[in-house]
Amino acid sequence: MLRDTTILTGRSLRHILRSPDTIITTAVTPIAIMLLFVFVFGGAIDTGAQSYIDYLLPGILLITIASGIAYTAYRLFLDLQGGIFERFQSMPIARSSGLWAHVLTSLVANLAAVAIVVGVALLLGFRTGANVLDWLAVTGIIVVFTLALTWLAVIAGLAAKTVDGASAFSYPLIFLPFLSSAFVPTDTMPAPVAWFAEHQPVTPIVEAIRNLFAQQPVGSELAIALAWCFGILFVAVVGAMIVYRRRFR
Amino acid sequence: MSAPQVSPGDAIVQISALTKSFGDLAVLRGVDLEIARVSIVALLGANVAVKTTLVRVLATLIAPDAGTLTVDGADVQRDAHRVRQSISLTGQFAAVDEVLSGRENLVLIAKLRRLANPGAIADALLARLSLTDAGGRRAGTYSGGMRRRLDIAMSLIGDPAVVVLDEPTTGLDPEGRREVWAMVKELAAQGTTVLLTTQYLEEAENLADRIAVLHEGRILVDGTLAELRKLLPTPTVEYVEKQPTLEEIFLHLTGGRHAA
Repeated sequence: MLRDTTILTGRSLRHILRSPDTIITTAVTPIAIMLLFVFVFGGAIDTGAQSYIDYLLPGILLITIASGIAYTAYRLFLDLQGGIFERFQSMPIARSSGLWAHVLTSLVANLAAVAIVVGVALLLGFRTGANVLDWLAVTGIIVVFTLALTWLAVIAGLAAKTVDGASAFSYPLIFLPFLSSAFVPTDTMPAPVAWFAEHQPVTPIVEAIRNLFAQQPVGSELAIALAWCFGILFVAVVGAMIVYRRRFR
Repeated sequence: MSAPQVSPGDAIVQISALTKSFGDLAVLRGVDLEIARVSIVALLGANVAVKTTLVRVLATLIAPDAGTLTVDGADVQRDAHRVRQSISLTGQFAAVDEVLSGRENLVLIAKLRRLANPGAIADALLARLSLTDAGGRRAGTYSGGMRRRLDIAMSLIGDPAVVVLDEPTTGLDPEGRREVWAMVKELAAQGTTVLLTTQYLEEAENLADRIAVLHEGRILVDGTLAELRKLLPTPTVEYVEKQPTLEEIFLHLTGGRHAA
């Protein structure tokens, strides 16, 4: 299975290398939002002693991933529509390798886009004293979050009837960080909105990453963040299997 | 992959009482069919969905509701992996990777089939298909006929005992269709069993050793063309001047087989 997955991952990574615009366009929107908030709105937002870009970056990274996984659904949908997915499924290879290749490719592509966004943030003045362990922890959270959303994208790709349908599911996910503490502290929000913001997955994930970057102690938010990520991951994998079984044996 | 010892002429594909429904819709209603080793069998039927369903069960993509289907002695339900080793599917849509070059497509399949020297296998196939010059180009830039040839070539890698071609010439121009026909004949000559579905009766007449007619979810008849002809009353003899077909005129004017 490992071997088949490696071969098929190599194939879809080659797709990305031949159309690097998919990574660029994934990074462009979050960078534009970051510029807008750092230079236009950010001055009016009170984040205490922390500089606004340091406050903002974790949410921008989540937006990057939420928009990046639309391509995962899109690529999977095209494979299904074109018939090459069925060709792989009818060959004597591990059946799960077809989906895993898309998942790993999604991970690589999203990490590349995240790296670009972090690079731009550094140019814009983002600073962190995070040590190697902190960076590893941030990367770990990002990886689990990407995997969770990627499996949601797999469901969308498997179930979609049109190309537009395959990628449209990511729009609400891109919007979710705006209703969290990613851009503005929740205490300025009206009570119902603040309640939603504090009980949705983006807020604990953003705060865990923010504290790791700021070298603040990460407490319960890290556990809650990981619980959300693994919870979504589990539900999404099970959902993807159910959708898969309805199409293939 | 060593096939079990079966004398030539034995059925390599055996289908009996196969049924498959989608919800209330009974698509296959008890299909019985035997396909002899090393033959070309055409599966005819007006309903594309019915033929495709049978092909998808055969290629282990979907499970039948009841009945049995074996390929080279392996049951599609219990021994799907072995079935996949002896069968190769070319789908209704040319399932090539458009982003990869023709050569990369072939190398990919050879690697997945765990063959030694995937590069050499790809080059040999490209040469055999007169695609050597186009081998480095993206498959997305190929003409319909070239894509279909590449698609069929991908199915041949690893020398599967049975190749299933689902509507291999649908959407092709006359030249492309002739190229595919030549490939199918060559395949059978080399000892591969070919099952092809088609909606072109002419194609079945031209290629197939046996013709099976799938109608309302069952095999209505199965036999050679001569046997099928006997099902009709003896034809009356008429003398008609033999006119060239438009296809013959077209191919004559355009100089025959130069695919773009």
